[in-house]
Order: sequence, then structure tokens, then C-alpha cells
Amino acid sequence: MPSSTPDSTVGEPIIEVDSLVRHFGTQKVLDGVSFKVHAGDTFVIMGGSGCGKSTLLRHLIGTEKPTSGSIKIFGQEITTMRAEALQKLRGRYGMLFQSGALLQSLTVAENVALPLIEHTQLDAGLIDTVVKMKLEQVGLTGHGHKKPSEISGGMKKRAALARALALDPPLVFSDEPTAGLDPIMTAVVDELTQRLTQKIGATVVVVTHDMNSVFRIGTRIIMLGTGPNQGRIIAQGTPEEIKAHPHPAVQQFINGDPEGGADDSGELLYRETLLGSNETGRYSRSAILSKS
Amino acid sequence: MIVALRQYFALCGDLLYWLFAAPFRGKPWRIGHTFAQIVRIGVHAVPMSALTALTIGVVLAMQSAAQLAKLGATVYVPGLVSSSLIRELAPLVTAVIVIGRSGSSVTAELGTMKVSEEIEALEVMAIPPMSWLIVPRFLAMVIMMPLLTVFSIYVGLAGGWLISHYSLHMSTAFYVSHALQYVELRDVGIGLLKSGVFGVLVVTIACSIGLNVSGGAEGVGLATTRSVVVSLLSVFIANAVLTALFFF
Repeated sequence: MPSSTPDSTVGEPIIEVDSLVRHFGTQKVLDGVSFKVHAGDTFVIMGGSGCGKSTLLRHLIGTEKPTSGSIKIFGQEITTMRAEALQKLRGRYGMLFQSGALLQSLTVAENVALPLIEHTQLDAGLIDTVVKMKLEQVGLTGHGHKKPSEISGGMKKRAALARALALDPPLVFSDEPTAGLDPIMTAVVDELTQRLTQKIGATVVVVTHDMNSVFRIGTRIIMLGTGPNQGRIIAQGTPEEIKAHPHPAVQQFINGDPEGGADDSGELLYRETLLGSNETGRYSRSAILSKS
Repeated sequence: MIVALRQYFALCGDLLYWLFAAPFRGKPWRIGHTFAQIVRIGVHAVPMSALTALTIGVVLAMQSAAQLAKLGATVYVPGLVSSSLIRELAPLVTAVIVIGRSGSSVTAELGTMKVSEEIEALEVMAIPPMSWLIVPRFLAMVIMMPLLTVFSIYVGLAGGWLISHYSLHMSTAFYVSHALQYVELRDVGIGLLKSGVFGVLVVTIACSIGLNVSGGAEGVGLATTRSVVVSLLSVFIANAVLTALFFF
């Protein structure tokens, strides 16, 4: 059964999401999402393509406004927050975008230095030292002078991670941090994420559908549904609880099973969402070429 | 259309805040960024403006000389060249050059930043895109458009001098004195006012369309085209309105 009740972890939550709903036109992308993220958690949001993971993350970082519901970060309601207050709050968290989102006009080192220049009074020498340290942490020593266009996708992602960590924020959001990375680099990024929570005590919220990463780094996990359960939390818990979760869509997703099956309520599972109806196969060559 | 207008006026409202209120709340203009944009938007447009203004000055002098020669009145060529350039052609042609070269570039750059999440990244880093991206471009355009116009006037006058001196055999002193004879300070003021208004229109339209791009590379391409078309139409309409205002 879909569940959207807050988890029961004790202690003051860093993030509280309550009954979050978001419509795009007539389409409901997020439907009554509620959860809490506690200090030190590596909170993983997983689910199939189009389930609303990235939309949820955009609501958490305050770049999207929900149709209804509440989001509290560090105890402050951000859905009704004024722009200036939100700006101030944003200084307390870092964000790693799926594409890296490095500023193309700046070098890698300048990108990492940017939050330090903007939000601290450190002198240039100290900023330079911090930037070198951050780049070393992500294995990019010697690449600081390069422009983002001169480095690989994996390096961009690591540079973006270094930028997200520049101010040592207590909260870090990460959108598909390992997408497009080779297995070794995936492990490196996962290790960096683990180090963040274990050594620095940061709280990390990760959106991913990389199951290896999910169980390697996650301490709390939620899964968003697709199809009839679009945008609802269909499972949440610890990695062990998720692995043992009875929901067939969860098991199908974890096992990467293309066949899957239907649950008691006749829910369409992930495969059907992926493959769609027969109409998706009816493309004509001329129609596609005429659009190019 | 209504959505685009709403986005445009929202940007203008934000811009007013960041231009006139934010500096008094500890958020000063980014002077370094503004200089960088002055170079990109203005200085790099100098060669193209110069070539265009020169050809216009030359053509204006040739065409007017051909007609005025029939009346034996080629003496009026310098005045016709100067008044046409200062009141109408220099502000308008400079605006067209800036739209094609710099306005389109601003839209494409901001649009690409939007689709590659760079603008969102700035927001999340608590760096307001208005302060980082828009205000420097606005200031650069408002400073450089009148300067480019003045520069175009000089180069256009030089083009007129080429024909007047080498083809109509006027002395340089005669050309200059007659060119200035038909121009009042008010004309220069109107020309510069026009260029300032054009600058505001071009940069605000380019930024508004660029910041609201969606749909990846195709969206950036469409937005750039739309920015050029809307800017051109707006400048032509504004020119007609301003000319009518000062004509009567």
C-alpha cells in the first residue's frame, strides 16, 4: 500500500515536508508527499523516470513553489518565504546539479571560489587555499585553471560537488550525482558523499535511480511512484526495509526487472510506464526527419 | 503574448529594484562585471558600427549630391548628412547593429545558461541572477549605446566628408562648418535620448526572453530569433513615437 506518513526517526528534523502537492496544468506531479530528514542522514529519493524526483528536489531548494503543502528547512517554512530570507537560507546549503551547472564563463577554480567570494570575507590567499583543498578532495588537483568545456562529464560533476561543498554547508542536495559516471568514479562520488555525513556531519539529500548508490550511501530512502501512484511515496524506510518492502513496484525497481507484475490494486508497474502504449511505436521516418 | 508581457514587466520591476534600491541595502552594482559587459556589448561592436556608419555617410552624401546637383545646391550636402545622421540614422542604425550583434548574444547566452541550469545554480548559491547577470548588461548597454551612436555620427560624417571633399571638391573647413550649421544642440540631445531609449528596450527585451527560455537548444534558437524580431519592431516603433513627439 502506498504510504506517505512521516518517518518516526527521533530528533529535530533538518527538513520537514508535509502534504506536498504540485500540479503542472492538469498533471499532478507530486501528490501528498510527506517526510522528514534528520541531521546526519543520507536521505535518498528514488523512483523511475518522470516520477517527480527532480521536481521534489527543486521544491526543497526553493526554486519551485508547490501547489499546496509545506516545506520546512532548518525549521523555516520556505514555501511562503520572502526572496531575501530565502537567499539568506540558501547560504546554509549546497546543491549538486545533475548537469553540474558550472558557470561556463569561469574556470573550474573560479567556480569553486564563487560561493567563498560571495558569502565570506576571506582574503584572496585563503580562498585560493580552500579552493585547492576542495579540488583535491574531489580529485581535481591541477585542473583548476581549465574551463568547464575543457573537462569531461565526470570531472564537471566532481567540480560541481567541490563548489557545493565550498562553504562546508550543513545540508547538501544532490541531483543524480552518479548519472553518466563510470563505476569507479561512481564509487568515488559515493565515497565523498559518505565522507560528508560521517566525517563532517552534514545531512545529504540525494536524488538517484542508481540502485548500487542507493544502498551504498542511503540511511533513509523514499521511493516515488509512477502511473496511478504518480508523485506519491510508495515506500520509505531504511535500506533494509526498502530491500524487504512488499510493494511489487519497489521490488521490480530494485531488481531492474523489465517484466514486473501487477499489485493487488491493479497498479501499472514501471515497465508499462516506460514502454507506454502501442502509440509510442508509431513514428514515421519522414515525420521525424521533417522535424530535424 | 500576455505571459511574455508579464515576464517583461516583472523583469523591469526587478531591474528597478536592483538598480536603485539594492545598492542602498548593501548590494552594490558589480562594476567589474559591468566593465566586462561594456567590452563585450559595446567595444566589440565598434568595428561593425564604424563600417556601417561610414557606408551610410558615403551613400547619404552621394545620393543627396546627385539630387541637389540638379538644383545647383550641393552646398547643402554636409548639412543634410549631419542632420540625417544625428537626428535619425545614427541612433537607429546603431540600435540595429547592437540588436543583431549584442542583443541576440545576450538572449542566446542567458538562454543557454537557463537550459543548462546555470541560472538556477546561481539562485541556489544565493547569488541573485539579477545582480550577477542582468544589471551589468543593462548598465553596459545604457552606457554604450549612446557612446556608439556618437561614434557612428563621427564616422558617418567622415564618410560624408570623403564624398564632399574628393568628389564635390569642398574643403574640410567648409564641410565641417556647413555640417555644423544645420545642427542644433537639441538635435544632438534628441539623438542621444533616442539611443538611450533604444538601449533600454534592446537589453530588457533580450534579457527577458533569454531568462525565460525553455526547451533546450531549439528553445534557445527560437528565443534568439524572437529577441531580434521583437527588439527591431520595438525600436522602430519607439523611433516613430519619439520622432513624432519632438517633431510637433
